[in-house]
Amino acid sequence: MSGERYSFFSLLRETLRGHTGWKPAWRKAAPQKAYDIVIVGGGGHGLATAYYLARRYGLTKIAVVEKGWIGGGNVGRNTTIVRSNYLLPGNVPFYEQSMKLWEGLEQDINYNAMVSQRGVLNLFHNDAQRNAYIRRGNAMRLNGVDAELLNREAVRAKLPFLDFDNARFPIQGGLLQRRGGTVRHDAVAWGYARAADRLGVDIIENCEVQGIRVHDGHVTGLETTRGFIGARKIGLACAGNSSRVAAMAGLRLPIESHVLQAFVSEGLKPFIDCVATFGAGHFYVSQSDKGGLVFGGDIDGYNSYAQRGNLPVVEDVLEGGMALMPRIGRVRLLRQWGGIMDMSMDGSPIIDRTSVGGLYLNAGWCYGGFKATPASGLCFAHLLARDEPHAVATAYRLDRFGKGAVIDEKGMGAQPNLH
Amino acid sequence: MSRSLFRGLAQAGGRAFRHGGGNGIDTDRQIRFTFDGTSYVGHPGDTLASALLANGVRLVGRSFKYHRPRGLLSAGPEEPNALVELRQGPWREPNTRATVAELFDGLVASSQNRWPSLAVDALGVNGLFSPVFTAGFYYKTFMWPASFWEKVYEPIIRRAAGLGRAAEEADPDRYEKSNAFCDVLVVGAGPAGLSAALAAAQSGVQVILCEQDSLAGGRLRCDATLIDGRPGWMWAQDAERRLSEMPNVRIMTRSCVFARYDGGTYGVLERVSDHLATPQDGQPRQRLWRVVAKQCVVATGGIERPIIFPNNDRPGIMLAASVRTYINRFGVVPGRRVIVYTNNSDGLRTVADLQRAGARVVAIVEASAHPSKAAQDLASRSGAKLFANATIANTFGRLGVTAAVIRDNYGKEHRLGCDLIAVSGGWSPDIALTTHHGTRPVYRDDIAAFVPAPNAANQDLHVAGVASGVMTDRDAFESGLAAGYLAAGKTGCGDGREQTLTSPSVVDEAYDIIPVWHGLDAENMRRAGKAFVDFQNDVTAKDVRLAAQEGFQSVEHLKRYTTLGMATDQGKTANVNALALLAEITGRTIPQTGTTLIRPPVQPVALGALAGAHRGKHFKPHRLPPTHRWAEEQGAVFTDNGLWRRAQWYPRAGESNWLETVNREVQTVRNGVGFCDVTTLGKIDLQGPDVRTFLDRLYVNAWQKLPVGRARYGLMLREDGFVFDDGTTARLSENHYVMTTTTAKAASVMQHLEFCHQCLWPELDVQFISVTDEWAQIAVAGPRSRDVIRQIVDPEFDLSNEAFGYMAAAEVTVYGGINARLFRLSFSGELAYEIAVPARYGDSLARQLMRVGAPYGIAPYGTEALGVMRIEKGHPAGPELNGQTTAHDLGMGRMLSTKKDFIGRRMAQREALTDPARATLVGLQPLLPDAPLVSGAHLLPKGAEATAASDQGWIASSAWSPTVGSWIGLGFLQNGPARLGEVLSVHNPLAGTVTEARVVSSVFVDPEGTRLHG
Amino acid sequence: MRLTCPHCGPRGLEEFSYRGDATVRRPSLEAPEEDWIAYVYLRDNPCGAHKELWYHGSGCRAWLVVERNTLTHAVHSVNAVSVEDAP
Repeated sequence: MSGERYSFFSLLRETLRGHTGWKPAWRKAAPQKAYDIVIVGGGGHGLATAYYLARRYGLTKIAVVEKGWIGGGNVGRNTTIVRSNYLLPGNVPFYEQSMKLWEGLEQDINYNAMVSQRGVLNLFHNDAQRNAYIRRGNAMRLNGVDAELLNREAVRAKLPFLDFDNARFPIQGGLLQRRGGTVRHDAVAWGYARAADRLGVDIIENCEVQGIRVHDGHVTGLETTRGFIGARKIGLACAGNSSRVAAMAGLRLPIESHVLQAFVSEGLKPFIDCVATFGAGHFYVSQSDKGGLVFGGDIDGYNSYAQRGNLPVVEDVLEGGMALMPRIGRVRLLRQWGGIMDMSMDGSPIIDRTSVGGLYLNAGWCYGGFKATPASGLCFAHLLARDEPHAVATAYRLDRFGKGAVIDEKGMGAQPNLH
Repeated sequence: MSRSLFRGLAQAGGRAFRHGGGNGIDTDRQIRFTFDGTSYVGHPGDTLASALLANGVRLVGRSFKYHRPRGLLSAGPEEPNALVELRQGPWREPNTRATVAELFDGLVASSQNRWPSLAVDALGVNGLFSPVFTAGFYYKTFMWPASFWEKVYEPIIRRAAGLGRAAEEADPDRYEKSNAFCDVLVVGAGPAGLSAALAAAQSGVQVILCEQDSLAGGRLRCDATLIDGRPGWMWAQDAERRLSEMPNVRIMTRSCVFARYDGGTYGVLERVSDHLATPQDGQPRQRLWRVVAKQCVVATGGIERPIIFPNNDRPGIMLAASVRTYINRFGVVPGRRVIVYTNNSDGLRTVADLQRAGARVVAIVEASAHPSKAAQDLASRSGAKLFANATIANTFGRLGVTAAVIRDNYGKEHRLGCDLIAVSGGWSPDIALTTHHGTRPVYRDDIAAFVPAPNAANQDLHVAGVASGVMTDRDAFESGLAAGYLAAGKTGCGDGREQTLTSPSVVDEAYDIIPVWHGLDAENMRRAGKAFVDFQNDVTAKDVRLAAQEGFQSVEHLKRYTTLGMATDQGKTANVNALALLAEITGRTIPQTGTTLIRPPVQPVALGALAGAHRGKHFKPHRLPPTHRWAEEQGAVFTDNGLWRRAQWYPRAGESNWLETVNREVQTVRNGVGFCDVTTLGKIDLQGPDVRTFLDRLYVNAWQKLPVGRARYGLMLREDGFVFDDGTTARLSENHYVMTTTTAKAASVMQHLEFCHQCLWPELDVQFISVTDEWAQIAVAGPRSRDVIRQIVDPEFDLSNEAFGYMAAAEVTVYGGINARLFRLSFSGELAYEIAVPARYGDSLARQLMRVGAPYGIAPYGTEALGVMRIEKGHPAGPELNGQTTAHDLGMGRMLSTKKDFIGRRMAQREALTDPARATLVGLQPLLPDAPLVSGAHLLPKGAEATAASDQGWIASSAWSPTVGSWIGLGFLQNGPARLGEVLSVHNPLAGTVTEARVVSSVFVDPEGTRLHG
Repeated sequence: MRLTCPHCGPRGLEEFSYRGDATVRRPSLEAPEEDWIAYVYLRDNPCGAHKELWYHGSGCRAWLVVERNTLTHAVHSVNAVSVEDAP
């Protein structure tokens, strides 16, 4: 177990003794022979799952295996946005559960992940978009989620520097979720890791899964680069690598891996105090506490495991950016990167058992996995511990595709690159 | 030297620190500029940095976290400290590196991230709290109470955040995008790059040479190297001239290759006008080039590293090679009493250059265990004290270094006065471009640096010069020539000429380095203040140690936890030092500790350049229907429909609001005749004997029996069984059909047809092409429409109801022989036609319709009236065809043929898609006719609590119907068809309203369809 | 990324749109439902060699079968679908 509670007082005390007393945030655990549950994937979802298994379900013989360093996948390469502004009944309660967990996260895990509820504003530019946002906002309200419809003048009061007067697609208004916002993404991984570690979870880095051992239709453990690790249950939380790992147990998934690029500018004095999304192009933006504009757009649109994208999407994103905010022309792009998205066939996630006994799947998060991290962890933990879906994740079944009970927020059908 | 003396010298005309002419400046001319409101003089060829140094300005910035006073560390794009706001007002460019900002007459720059002034910065107090503000301290506190983060803590942090200020107005300058293609792209015009370009060019291939600097030469401009017995920069100038005379070479200066994308595509930013006060006429500020190259030679040189020692960040502590650059290129000597501190042989070159420029070298500090022969010679010639196996243990000077403490071989400390410390921690090859595709570099102990992995030099990428790890000028020339010939050969485009170029003669010394990364020991780390690893983000050696102690030992964790390498310089001078320090702290080797990949862009790129001209009204093109100009003349109000601009309504004098206009347009159609441009609907012309079969497989309904001269409504599904699109297809002759799609799906339906034909059923003999833009199509609707159409269509065509009834279609001629297509289609529910003429006649058709329709009171109508009438008739459109609905939901379940295969058939049969409990299409009418129905409101059982559990549907489309005299709506409701007559609560919590509406048939007007057939 | 269209020559990514796995085959109308479900929803999604469909919408409108590596983005071959097995 690592160290004591973090607080202002512990910080002061350590300051006085030259910070010599801080312990590692999590132990560098070596694999034991066997565990009750092994989570594959030391990203946000895997670490959160382990934490909630230990914290809420009282299970302790748990390991998280990670092929590299924890938090190196999408939890470390996203645009940090959290929100629960969904439309469909299968999604709204789940994302709202996540929002509520974000709201109490720091006190729960004793780690400041800088959950900043600065508001998420989706702009609309024509009547049809407005009506779709009214429908969505009303769905949110009926689910007890906050939502407000802003007219053009209210948007202008909030973000006066947007292009209101010369735009190709003039801004008509926006749907605002004030409780949405941003979270310091890396800290989510570290915070869950530290909290899980304090509850006895083994976090095993540099441990790549090479095979899933199955006996009589039931998993018995994992072949890894650090040897065989026995497990009664295995939970996959491998995001963009879900298909590869599931294939080790002979499964094919309704998932394609795609690259999504994200971008950050040089640090600037703050001028954007919310998250804003452009409704007439692929561009969304917020400003980090360090001052960089953090922004992104659409996925590149082809299967990829390369963690990098191409120039046409970069140009497309910045065209949207300049169309929305022409004052940023002389601001500079500092860094661009790509993450591998587990794009599902309906754009919604999967938290379910599989056809292999003891093998559970948490995948299909598309480009929206970060905001889901706490609820995904909680619901996956519930499923692993109780063998039944959590009340807010009942729609995220693997058989929904075959049945046609899809959760298709964008209405694009079984074409992952269009979600 | 005191600060007041510096100021005095500055006022003496900016010549105080010029020792003579530099090879890159024109001392005959003077240009004026201001920094923080003070006016100075510089020369053409200066950077802002060199000009400030020449004027004795050493303090140029403040660091991010502790607001430490900072000066110039470097003379190039790797600069972490000297960031300024360049220009003013809407032209303001925050975070501009003074080291790459070329001086122009009238340049205005200000320091940033300080208050009230650079010399007196209130947030300098942050430094006092540095014992608390360690790496990651914020993750450990500010957690209680939860609501305080947004209210108290974050606002304080945000107030201190950021560096420069973005401009407050739209960027007034223009940007362009351009494409270029070549056989060999050479990146960097130093000795290796110039050689590579010469070699490739001699091979006869097309070459583009990109240099981010304004001048070619690279290190040849910065060092006093002799090439063929002359100053190296002259060789560079000759080489550049030779290249510029070759027809197959294009030299692009001020052009940074910022990223390597797939397929030999490179992003290049050309700074066309940044060195000018304003862009020349017709020129953009910057131009984004997409360069496609068969082969690429990376000759990007290297970046010198500092050494980590206590208080190593004071103004006046500078990279040694940068000191030489200021001396040789800019004619500026950055100090008068100098300590040279180096762990490698290259650093020693600084001593002679300083001496020649008139500075006094007071000490040479070598990291090597024994003094090198070169250092001994230099020391004896210059009179400098020589310390080997020594470190700098501390420095002093509040706003600029005034003294340093040297700890010698025996641990004895020597305090020496100085105003400049030239530091060399060795060179890191600039390998950024070689890692963009995920290839990790490898560490070489002999040069203590990372070099591109051998497999990075794969088929199309070659590395030469220092970037490849060869550290001498001779090797740079040779590796450049070799890479140039190799790259040219690989393109297969050369002309097979002999490879006759050889390296020029150069006198160089071997490069020796002792891998000493810092001058720290446990004691001076505690006692002597901060030793900076990342200057801009204020990451110190202590922070690295703490991060390692807390388990952040992966180099990626270290970066993220401490913010090392995340500043505007992306850790160009910090990353390798940090890695070495982390390796030492954790007892691993550097290769075991790892390295991080360098993400694009290589240098920060203005966002405006990546957007190019696509902003404002030019963000996306306008598509204009053929009647657009005519509609403008009519005073139409327009709306966006995808890229199309369409007339929304046509106001008339005396109408007080849009609703009055739309009501009038609807009534005109319902009672007389109106017309509307529907060109935007997708039109696909299909021909061939198998079109019928093709249509059968595309649409859910049957097409085998459609006679010539008839049109039919069709519904398309996606293969997953949900509705894709709808429209009509008409059979014009035996093997000739024309299909219409919705406006929104025109392109995707075309793509779908191509997929179905090319991939699924190539055996079908069909050809098709999109003719959306070729035909102007106008709907003429209303009980008097036949009277109008009769006067348009040539008289030989019988348009009587018997001859040309509902859903008839024909090729006709109008106005004496102009080809046209006539369809008896109706979206409004009235007797109606759609007439198509070649697009160039669309405008005159509208004018003719107005003329011949005048006696019948004809009027144009816009998309709003079109929408009202389709809702009145219950026709689904965009809000109902939203990709989430099934044929069953739209009440069209019975259209699905059971006699044939069609796209989506099998998946559409699944229970979940036909479940009666699904929300299905219904009509809605408020109990009070005037009570608006709001699209997007939700449908709940009457009186039910406003919760999600009671949510049973929503309103998709709604309008005031002047025909019904009430608001009407189309909605989706669970078990809809079974609930006709039921009164529902209509909830719009966003607006805070709850109203009531009755479920009615979705066809509000003429449910029997008698008007259609009239 | 660039694809060498067999009709138009090498062109930039922005001219093409992507569909996905080119190895799935549309089942017959009578095929078992699981075949249909697999066709519409399930993908191998390999990390490495991938045979996939692209559409040259801003060019000749040909559907192309591209062999590409999803890890390196290297393009190994581009053929018109007509000379390949139809999916």
